[in-house]
Amino acid sequence: MAKQGAKLDWPTRYQQLLAQSKQPLIKAFYESAICDLNTPISDIPLVALDFETTGLNYQNDDIVSVGLIPFNTKRIFCKDSQHWIVQPRRKLAEESIVIHGITHSEVSDAPDFSTIMAPLLAALKGKVIVVHFAPIERHFLYQALQARLGEGLEFAVIDTLDLETRALKAKQGLLGRLFNSKLDSVRLADSRIRYSLPAYQNHNALNDATATAELLQAQIAYHYRPDTPLSELLI
Amino acid sequence: MQAEHVDIAQFLSDHAPFDDLPEEAVNKLASQVEIAYFRAGTEILNYGEDIADLFVIRTGAVEIYRRDGDLYNRLTIGGIFGQMGLLMNRKVRFPAKALEDTLVYCINVELFNQYCDEYETFADFFEADGNVRLHQAIVEQADSNDLTTAKVKSLLHRDVVTVAKDASVQMVAQLMTQESVSSVLVTDADKPISDDPDDDDGQVVGIITDRDLRTSVIAEGLSYEAPAAQIMQKDLVLLDSNAYVFEAVLAMLRDNIHHLPVVVKKKPIGVISLSDILRYESQSSLLLVRGILAQQSVEDLAHYARQLPNVFVRMVNEDANSHMIGTAMAVIGRTFKQRLLDLAEEKFGPPPVPYCFIALGSMARDEQLIVTDQDNAIILDNSFNEEFHDEYFQNLADFVCDGLAECGYKYCEGEIMASFKKWRLTREQWKEQFAGWMAEPKPQALLHSSIFFDLDGVYGKNKWADELKRFIATEGRKNKRFLANLAANARNRTPPLGFFKDFVLEHNGQHKRSMNLKRRGTAPLSDVIRVHALAIGSRKQNSFERLEDIIEAKLLPEGKAQDLRDALEYIAMIRIRHQAWQIEKLDEAPDNDLEPHLLSPFEQRNLKEAFAILDKAQNFLKFRYSANSGMK
Repeated sequence: MAKQGAKLDWPTRYQQLLAQSKQPLIKAFYESAICDLNTPISDIPLVALDFETTGLNYQNDDIVSVGLIPFNTKRIFCKDSQHWIVQPRRKLAEESIVIHGITHSEVSDAPDFSTIMAPLLAALKGKVIVVHFAPIERHFLYQALQARLGEGLEFAVIDTLDLETRALKAKQGLLGRLFNSKLDSVRLADSRIRYSLPAYQNHNALNDATATAELLQAQIAYHYRPDTPLSELLI
Repeated sequence: MQAEHVDIAQFLSDHAPFDDLPEEAVNKLASQVEIAYFRAGTEILNYGEDIADLFVIRTGAVEIYRRDGDLYNRLTIGGIFGQMGLLMNRKVRFPAKALEDTLVYCINVELFNQYCDEYETFADFFEADGNVRLHQAIVEQADSNDLTTAKVKSLLHRDVVTVAKDASVQMVAQLMTQESVSSVLVTDADKPISDDPDDDDGQVVGIITDRDLRTSVIAEGLSYEAPAAQIMQKDLVLLDSNAYVFEAVLAMLRDNIHHLPVVVKKKPIGVISLSDILRYESQSSLLLVRGILAQQSVEDLAHYARQLPNVFVRMVNEDANSHMIGTAMAVIGRTFKQRLLDLAEEKFGPPPVPYCFIALGSMARDEQLIVTDQDNAIILDNSFNEEFHDEYFQNLADFVCDGLAECGYKYCEGEIMASFKKWRLTREQWKEQFAGWMAEPKPQALLHSSIFFDLDGVYGKNKWADELKRFIATEGRKNKRFLANLAANARNRTPPLGFFKDFVLEHNGQHKRSMNLKRRGTAPLSDVIRVHALAIGSRKQNSFERLEDIIEAKLLPEGKAQDLRDALEYIAMIRIRHQAWQIEKLDEAPDNDLEPHLLSPFEQRNLKEAFAILDKAQNFLKFRYSANSGMK
């Protein structure tokens, strides 16, 4: 597993993973992974991904819904977006019901995660995954696949929370760092306000994936040039 | 399965025109949009780029610019832009820039078109959107157009009242009182109506109005036993019952008459009076004409002339056609001249020798619009003696030309005005002048031909103007070389179409990229039509009337003259509406310079077709009137 924040040689790592992988679904993902990290960000097909989960502990909690939306630095493509509700292997905690707006009955009618693995991986294939706070999606997806296929998935991400932290630190400057002044909130909704992005009313995986895609577009518009190499953003 | 974008759907359904769409339609749209973020200060759309989306502002603010960089509009949340580009060859017409950080929803053109087709209110929104657009001013000639489609018979509300020509004037007065009418038609039993053997009243030979009883009977102390024929007005303009209301208006305007007998195959069925028309038609160009004649000084006239733009705009809004507007404007112009000449004669005394004041160019053709120069001249009696008489006519002409300028008719830059001595010639001199122009078609003469060869008497001995028209008509058609040169000259001003049938725009002081609809459209069309009209010896001056003669003479291949008529009407109407729009919506001085991107794609296509007809017609002139064909 890659550690959050650590810079990894992803092309090499993908080669190793491909060599070890036994599962065709997962192999196909590695095979199509973008290997030239010098590619300008404006040329990269991206996909924003968001999971809603029963809790934050990937060892005890499980995925409730998956939202994804393909995009690039110019456009976000709603028509290719996907949204699935799946049956978690854990009981829904009462407090998470409110957040997700997903009810017990919706979940009890939902299929198992195994039914969405193929379309999910197909949608992620060949694109760079974008998330807000990488550990959730990384750990939960690894676990969900591991539990069903006996093989997890490792993947490079652009983490908008990471980019936001970098931007705030740059703004904070040397003095700020020396005095250890407190950084502003890097939560998704708070980060979006700094770019005048609208507040979304409904929190579900698709809305949050869309919100993440919009945030990355805004971050790139503000802090990066269109020809910024992928390597600079990836973790 | 389409994933649902609840937030987007909710946003759209709160904003026009999506708020009128059914819920499923909004949901579908929300699931199909693309989203894009623009940092404050960045370009969203650049002029001329391809455009494939309609943009809806989710958050932020966007400024829309004209091509020349002038701010055109500022839009904020819920604002929509890009529709002009979508409607026009899918190229950006109005550049857009993010004023603040902006998130937009982009609706693909296919989807946009599909929604326009499926949902009427959605389409209407873009048809009549809040942006100031010429599109609104230039709507298709409405088929509900009252003035041009209503027939005069629809205005006849009572049976015709007639008297025999030998009835006494007292009987006439009694009949008018009994019938409560202000006019009666006088019939002649000696002139039977051939189609109707049962009719024994005969054809209409005159009309008597209240006014005639007052002025010709009472004021003159005429015997009440005098026959009706003695006081009736004999110069009748009869209208066929199938004539359109606008034709009645034209007839009244042209001859300043207030009663028109309506006939079916010469049998009188009623009388249309000025008040019938005024009740029907509120634009009141007729009232303006009467008002002009009531003004007592140049200052009053100049003040009164300020109404003219409003009358023009009202006529346009009432869907009058170009012929009608052209005639009304020309009649109004003519009336200003007549009134000024009245005032001049009051000031300088009666003329030492008879004369005729003539209008030239567009006014003579009844094709005058609101932006116009004064082109005029004077025909003097052959007994004119420069030494004794010239001062009078110089004063008179200066008075009229200066007065016209005060009333908004600009001085002619080409100095074609009666105030220049060279354009005050005697009847004989004028004939020599025209004969000279036709015999020796020098460039200057040809330049003059487009102005002088359209002439009309305005004041004084108007029959001298007719005499000159007759002279031109008889001499012009005989002179092949003249026609060939005139034809070559008529090809000088080409329509603004490029090789690929795109509009060719010109730089022009104020309007950076525009086309001059007069210089490149209606004027060269009139030039082409004039050549054909002179070739067949037509004495008509108006281009539409010339075309009728041309059709009758079968001069052109089947349908070509009709095409010319349609082209002229279309370009003229675009020009007229452009001017009305400038007056009414922009409150600016009207001109002839149109920026074509202000037209809808449909209108652009029609306009291109009209220009293409002009182009073909100019090419045709080359073959029809080449100097060689004259040798055959």
